[in-house]
Amino acid sequence: MQSLLKFITCGSVDDGKSTLIGHMLYDAKLIFADQEKALELDSKVGSRNGQIDYSLLLDGLMAEREQGITIDVAYRYFTTERRSFIVADTPGHEEYTRNMAVGASFADLAVILVDASKGVLVQTKRHTRICSLMGIRHVVYAVNKMDLINYDKYDFQDIQRQIKQMVSEYNFETLHIIPVSATEGDNVTKPSNKMGWYKEGTLLEYLENIDVTDHSDETGFVMPVQRVSRPDHTFRGFQGQIEVGGISVGDEVVSLPSGEKSHVKSILRTNQEVTTAGKGEAVTIQLEDEIDVSRGCMLAKDVNLHCGKMFTSRLLWMDDSNLVAGKNYFLKIGTKMVPCVVMNIKYKVDVNEGNHVQTDRLYKNEIACCDISCADKIVYDEFAHHKELGGFILIDRVTNMTSACGIVEHSLRRDDNLTWHTMDITRDLRAQQKGQNPKTIWMTGLSGAGKSTLINEVEKRLFALGKHTMLLDGDNVRMGLNRNLGFKEQDRIENIRRVAEVAKLMNDAGLIVLTSFISPFASDRLRAREIIGGDNFIEIYVSTPLEECEKRDVKGLYKKARAGEIPNFSGISSPYEPPKDAEVEINTTGKTIEESVDYIMEQLESIL
Amino acid sequence: MSQLSHLEELEAEAIYIMREVAAECEKPVMLYSIGKDSSVMLHLALKAFYPEKPPFPFLHVDTTWKFREMIEFRDKMAKKYGLEMLVYTNEEGAKQGINPFDHGSAYTDIMKTQALKQALDKYQFTAAFGGGRRDEEKSRAKERIFSFRNSSHGWDPKNQRPEMWKLFNTKLFKGEEVRVFPLSNWTEKDIWQYIRQENIEIPSLYYAKERPVVYRDGNIIMVDDDRMRLEPGETPVMKKVRFRTLGCYPLTGGVESEADTLDAIIEETLSAVSSERTSRVIDNEAAGSMERRKREGYF
Repeated sequence: MQSLLKFITCGSVDDGKSTLIGHMLYDAKLIFADQEKALELDSKVGSRNGQIDYSLLLDGLMAEREQGITIDVAYRYFTTERRSFIVADTPGHEEYTRNMAVGASFADLAVILVDASKGVLVQTKRHTRICSLMGIRHVVYAVNKMDLINYDKYDFQDIQRQIKQMVSEYNFETLHIIPVSATEGDNVTKPSNKMGWYKEGTLLEYLENIDVTDHSDETGFVMPVQRVSRPDHTFRGFQGQIEVGGISVGDEVVSLPSGEKSHVKSILRTNQEVTTAGKGEAVTIQLEDEIDVSRGCMLAKDVNLHCGKMFTSRLLWMDDSNLVAGKNYFLKIGTKMVPCVVMNIKYKVDVNEGNHVQTDRLYKNEIACCDISCADKIVYDEFAHHKELGGFILIDRVTNMTSACGIVEHSLRRDDNLTWHTMDITRDLRAQQKGQNPKTIWMTGLSGAGKSTLINEVEKRLFALGKHTMLLDGDNVRMGLNRNLGFKEQDRIENIRRVAEVAKLMNDAGLIVLTSFISPFASDRLRAREIIGGDNFIEIYVSTPLEECEKRDVKGLYKKARAGEIPNFSGISSPYEPPKDAEVEINTTGKTIEESVDYIMEQLESIL
Repeated sequence: MSQLSHLEELEAEAIYIMREVAAECEKPVMLYSIGKDSSVMLHLALKAFYPEKPPFPFLHVDTTWKFREMIEFRDKMAKKYGLEMLVYTNEEGAKQGINPFDHGSAYTDIMKTQALKQALDKYQFTAAFGGGRRDEEKSRAKERIFSFRNSSHGWDPKNQRPEMWKLFNTKLFKGEEVRVFPLSNWTEKDIWQYIRQENIEIPSLYYAKERPVVYRDGNIIMVDDDRMRLEPGETPVMKKVRFRTLGCYPLTGGVESEADTLDAIIEETLSAVSSERTSRVIDNEAAGSMERRKREGYF
């Protein structure tokens, strides 16, 4: 049976990646005749008149053809007599590094191009670093454009030295360096007659023969559960793909994180009943006992996995908006998705030399070491042990963008040493004693919308009704608890986090908490909602429009902001993101305080 | 790396993708166009969820100009496997008599692209499986497995979400949808070999047989029913032909062939001198036409 090799081509822009692959396909007659015809036609209208431009075979998007650069990964498929190949041709521009990483995450081997006339460039180093980060263990450096340096042996050896020095910090399993000319075809699929001094064969031969099988002995078994299949009451099967080892009917397995154990009753490999199944196979497993297993759990046997909330990771930032410590995201690892917080940025890694650089924010295409804390226990392993169990992505909670990809370096045991103590007097008992339903009423809106006035009146009404309340005012909190916080992004995030934690404690004490903060960002309010608990969080959006707030300008702040004296003023020089599903919304324009408070109390009546 | 064969690896990948969608997406649907890729998709869906039936409906966008045999085949499959098969036609377009003879590319837009958008809107599907492969065409070669569409169903090729390892981000805003291509990494050859290995039933239009055809602008068009308009001087002749893709019969070019068994078809495919989309008349207009149509919502 033929094996499959997935590889990428990468390297700096204009090092000739697309040309190399185009030439490989063309030479080996692996392209269909009509694509070849289209290629010749395109070449004529393209910038490189006359001769066939092999890169046009791969650069598929219109914008790419017009600009002559590769923006996104292009996948190509070819088969020789010895092997099937999938090649991901990745973009060289720094701007599109994340698309290069997409290709790298998919590949077993990387062909990194180096322009012989330029030697090792920053982008060569960056791509080498990303290949290593994404778990590629086999690299080939194709020193291209040998024709431009007259196929000189000594110049090649010089570049060879540069490359060997560069890769010394990584743990690649194999390394191969080969001189080629992609436009002329030397050492691509045919041996070069101009480089008699090089005798190690062509690039294609090397790719046909290299063994990329993982030889580490894998014992045990791990399957992340994708879905629970219950067509009827007689069948409850756990579907997933085996990521580690193998499993047989009768084996004892443990469900993580619950730790409950059972034995395998049956295995379906797709739709075939089997007694044993191995790595990579799509299976449905039935267990003997009804234990706690759902999507995101793992079924395991004889392996040591981590089960916890905190770990140290290495991230590649891929989003246009920056990362600052304290921001929260969804983390997807295996089949599990949980809210998480990036607790800190320990350092970023200089792409060029690998130095650690202190920073408080991370920009697109940068690599950093960060600690991450998840809202729930997750089951994982170090990426270096199991790629499939230690790679993750971060998803922006507001934009849904895949903001980063990362790998787990090691777990942080800190959380394991803390235990949650259960008290005899519970939150419910405290609430009962006070005869009320403890909630946090979170008021958000622009400065001057009427928040402070309203929240004050609402508290008076609740007090008059005999309720036990506590009001947290933004300015007041900043004078005490949050005195050490400024107005930078990470301080703002921390400000909201502390307020939410305090509100939660007070709810636990049985109190109804009222807060009034501009809280302009959806992600911050979402975080507060999560800390306090969705059932206990009542968001009141005071939706008085900007014009009205500015007209009122009680504190004279809008005037100052318009004059540029206050930076980051919500609504003027910084955005206010209106809530999409606030429990209560009130626009105070044209209403008296009395009317507005009446309306809010009416809405709260059913909830409190 | 695993010890799985090339086809087993592709099969496992496609099944993994289907299960992820079934688990994470709110309202998935599988587009069913009756061709060989759809047959493979259906087969994979049956395997992925066994013993459960696929936990989503199937949708066929019927332009009313499909080969008659395709419709029979569709209904037979739906019955055989007890599938929920939704059939959608752009009734407005049909009423206006939009047809492939008079309306050219407007026909494809109205009866295929617009019809698909209408169907997705009507049922509020959030994820639609398609059988697209990256080896089909240059802009497809750049598309992610999970390809996001905005609320007007358009594709933004310059702003695709990064897709790392097999960690698919399926988060959507209201009104957005995602097209999912589990066969992204398959080639035409893989499809045929898998059909042979798994003994998958496909419409007999793929096998060479004597059929009434006319030769028109370098294409071989089958006269499937009496709505086919013959041009002056054209007379249908019986020729042994087969089809490499199936679509609307007046727009689908056949090839003269003796290949009437799977092995013969595979043999022919391996030595193919033209990639399969050549036989679709619309793709040839200009390089980039496929990307343009996809931005507008074509599958």
